[in-house]
Order: sequence, then C-alpha cells, then structure tokens
Amino acid sequence: MEYMLLIHADPAGFASMPEAARNQALAAYGAYTDALNKAEVLRSSNRLRPADTATNVKVREGKTEVHNGPFIETREQLGGYYLIDVPDLDAALKWAARCPGASHGTVEVRPVWEM
Amino acid sequence: MGDVAAWQRAEAAARGSYGKLVAFLAARTHDVAGAEDALAEAFATALAQWPAEGVPHNPEAWLLTVARRRMMDAVRRRIHDGAASEYFLLVEELARDDEAPELPDRRLELLFACAHPGIDAAARAPLMLQTVLGFDAGAIASAFLVAPATMGQRLVRAKTKIRQAGIPFNVPGRADLPERLDAVLAAIYAAYAEGWVDAEGADARRRNLAEEAIWLGRLLAQLMPEEAEALGLLALMLHAHARRAARRDAAGEYVPLGWQDTALWDHALIDEAEELLKRASRLAAAGRYQLEAAVQSAHAVRRHGGAVPWPAIVQLYEALQAITNSPVAALNRAVALSHVDGAAAALAALPQDARLADYQPFWAARADLLARSGNREAALAAYERAIGLESDAAVRRFLQQRAAAA
Repeated sequence: MEYMLLIHADPAGFASMPEAARNQALAAYGAYTDALNKAEVLRSSNRLRPADTATNVKVREGKTEVHNGPFIETREQLGGYYLIDVPDLDAALKWAARCPGASHGTVEVRPVWEM
Repeated sequence: MGDVAAWQRAEAAARGSYGKLVAFLAARTHDVAGAEDALAEAFATALAQWPAEGVPHNPEAWLLTVARRRMMDAVRRRIHDGAASEYFLLVEELARDDEAPELPDRRLELLFACAHPGIDAAARAPLMLQTVLGFDAGAIASAFLVAPATMGQRLVRAKTKIRQAGIPFNVPGRADLPERLDAVLAAIYAAYAEGWVDAEGADARRRNLAEEAIWLGRLLAQLMPEEAEALGLLALMLHAHARRAARRDAAGEYVPLGWQDTALWDHALIDEAEELLKRASRLAAAGRYQLEAAVQSAHAVRRHGGAVPWPAIVQLYEALQAITNSPVAALNRAVALSHVDGAAAALAALPQDARLADYQPFWAARADLLARSGNREAALAAYERAIGLESDAAVRRFLQQRAAAA
C-alpha cells in the first residue's frame, strides 16, 4: 500500500537553529531519504518552501480568485512529504518514526486512495 | 424439534466460531465489515437450510464456505472501486481450501488489529466484542451507556480505518509487543470495568459485559499462555468477579470488601485465579495486572479464616506505584498502611495529587483516616465531598452511615 508521510513542523524552530544544527538536521533528512531508497520503498519526496510563500486559488461562479498566504494559519506547517510503498500501516508507522520530522514535529501518515 | 436442534447447533457454532470466522475472512482483505455481512448471510442460510437438510458434518467449514462465497459476490459487485486484488485473493482461497479440515485461528491477530494504536481508544473494546463475539452495535451501545447511533458510527469508523489505512492482522514483533499487548489488555479490562459498574446487577446487559470481558480474557490467556500479564489480567478479573454476590447484602446495601461474607464468594473462580497467578509468576515478568491480582489474592486469604496480610499489600501497592506512577496506587498503599502503622501514618502518606480531586475513594479514605485520628470535623467535610462525587445510591448511603458514626 502507498502511504504519504506528511511532515508538520514549526518552521520558526528550524530558522532559529544555529547553522551547524541546521546542517545536521538537513543531513539527517538526507540519510533518511537514502535509507528509504535503499529499502526500495520510496516513491517520491519533496521539501516545501515555508507557508508564507503560498498562494491560494479557487474558482467560484466561473471567476478565478487568487489570494496570498497559507491556506490554514497554524504554527505547525506542512513542510514536506515522503510517498512510500510498504505492506501495511505498521510498516509505514515504523518509517514515520524514523523520519527526522517526527523528532521536531509530527508526521501524519495517510493511506493513498488507490484508483 | 429439528428446528430447535438446528437453532442450537447454529447458535453454538456462532458462539464458538464467530470470531474465528471473522478473523479468518478479514485477515487478508482487512474488510471486517464485509466479513461480518457475509457471515450474517451465512448464518441466515444455515438456519433456513439445516432444519430441512440436516446439520452439516462440519458446521464451521460449511459457514466459512458460504460466507466466503457471499464475500466474493460482494467484492464482485464493487470491483470497480479498486477491489480487484481482493477479489483474486478470495477466488484463490476459495479454490484452494474449500475442504480445509481446520479453520486457522486468527482471533489473536484480530484482537491486535482491534486494539491497534491507530484505532480510537474508545472504539477498541466495543470493536473486540463485535468482531470476536458477534454482538450487534445496539447491545454494545447499551452496555457502554452510549447512544446506539454513536456506537454504530464509532464501530463503522474503526472498521473503515482498519480497511483503508491498512492496519495489519498480525501479532506484533518482540520490539512492539509489550506496548501493543498493553492496549489489548486495557481494552478487555475496560469492558470488564464497564460491566462491573453495575454492582446491583440490575442491568443484565452491563452485568453480561463483565462476563464477556472474562471470555475475551480467557481467549487471550489461551492464545498467549506465555504472556504473564495476559494471565494476570484474567486472574484479576476472576478474583473481582468471584465476589460479585457478596458486594451487596440482602437489602441491596453496599458491603465493603473487608466486611464481605466469604461464604458468598465463588471459590471455583478464586481457585482458577490463584492457579493463573501462580503460572504467571513462574514466567517471571511482573506487571500491573499481576500485582493487582496479587492484591486480590491477598484479600482472598480471608476465605480460609486467615488474616489479611496488610504489610504484603503495602509492598504490592508500592511496586504498582513504581510501575504505573498511578495516584490511585499511592492512595491504596496509604489505606493499606493504615492497617499496619495506624491512621496518622496513613494520613501523612496520602498522595497530594490533583488527579484525585474528583475521585470518590480518595475522599472516602481521607474521611475514614481523619475520623480514626479523632479529627471529626475534617472527617465530616471529607465525607461530604465523597458523597457528592458518588453516583451509586447504595454506596452513598454507606458513606452517609459512616459519616453519622464518625
């Protein structure tokens, strides 16, 4: 089954880290991504720019409306994701627990709707 | 007459096989609701056919075959929503072991799926009762004092989660086992505690719940005979259950444990509990349920005319407190201590914990200790708090009598 690991974290915490700690955190993500690749479970992954770079679009009555800002104002923001393919939820939870994001934020595990 | 026999055979098969059949049918597809629906149809078919055609040689296998065909039909009907792989799994199974001599018992896996941390904690015990014992949502709702619609929704959501989130049907590996087994034990104990609340036994459904929890406890102890805490939990429930007839007197008044007539205790249940506790202790893996059962066991010495070994009980509660960090364990330790070192020592040992502020037994214990130390005014104030927190009228009357005698 495919699962999306959504990393929710406070970007302020990351921004305020000393550079050495920040590099260490990035290295941890690199190592984690390598481990997922090695286990051949990684479908795709990306880090997202902070939510204040977000732009929202909706179409109402034929009109396109564009708005600045995050969709939801929260301290913890969606900062990135991993899409993995593993046998069951327990396997997905094990990978989620190893994700560096689980240590400084929360990793939400969502099953992918199979089409 | 044939009808009655067929009914009874079907009922017996339902009781003994229901959980096994659900577990087996749902294990691969994770579709608990689908398995239940298919089984319901299989049981209905059995009741229609068996009186006329006779009860099959192996009712369990017969029910499995019919249920599996029903499940296949159901999957075929919704094959467009991505269920093709499930369909092929079922076809494969159906073709392979239609005549399998014995149904593999996957109830343990089912229990672990029901108590998975991804399932709402409030849904775990109800889910076990429904999937393993076949209770309908209405019966479970009334046992848990929840509106039927609420309980129905909770169960549906839990089953949907198992299916869509891919919650596995397996016994967790060594690393995860202690924590996950705790969740299974806690759910069974929660069901027991729900049934225990109805002390007068006025509500048959709630009283039944305690017995069904014991049934689940027996099942777990039988499936995991090497898990000391599974044995400990069963021992604890049996000890408590053995005293159900002694908890009220003929007039329906509350009788505290120390005053109970031991002749009213169920000695067969106590013997069984003691045997389980012995087996558990040989496994050398102490835990909270074994400690709580050991406390019950210490109280049970009274049935042979022995004196309650309070110093041992103090130690058991100390161990329990160390494991669970529970303020209730600290409270019980203080109460036990009052029988060893007196009321003043016990008062000094009473835990100061905000979590006990609305806990009736804390105020009742404090009131009793204050009264025994000669502080009548403070005792009355504490009794008043205890009475205000108690929902059971018989216990309230008991506390009022104690306050009047203070």
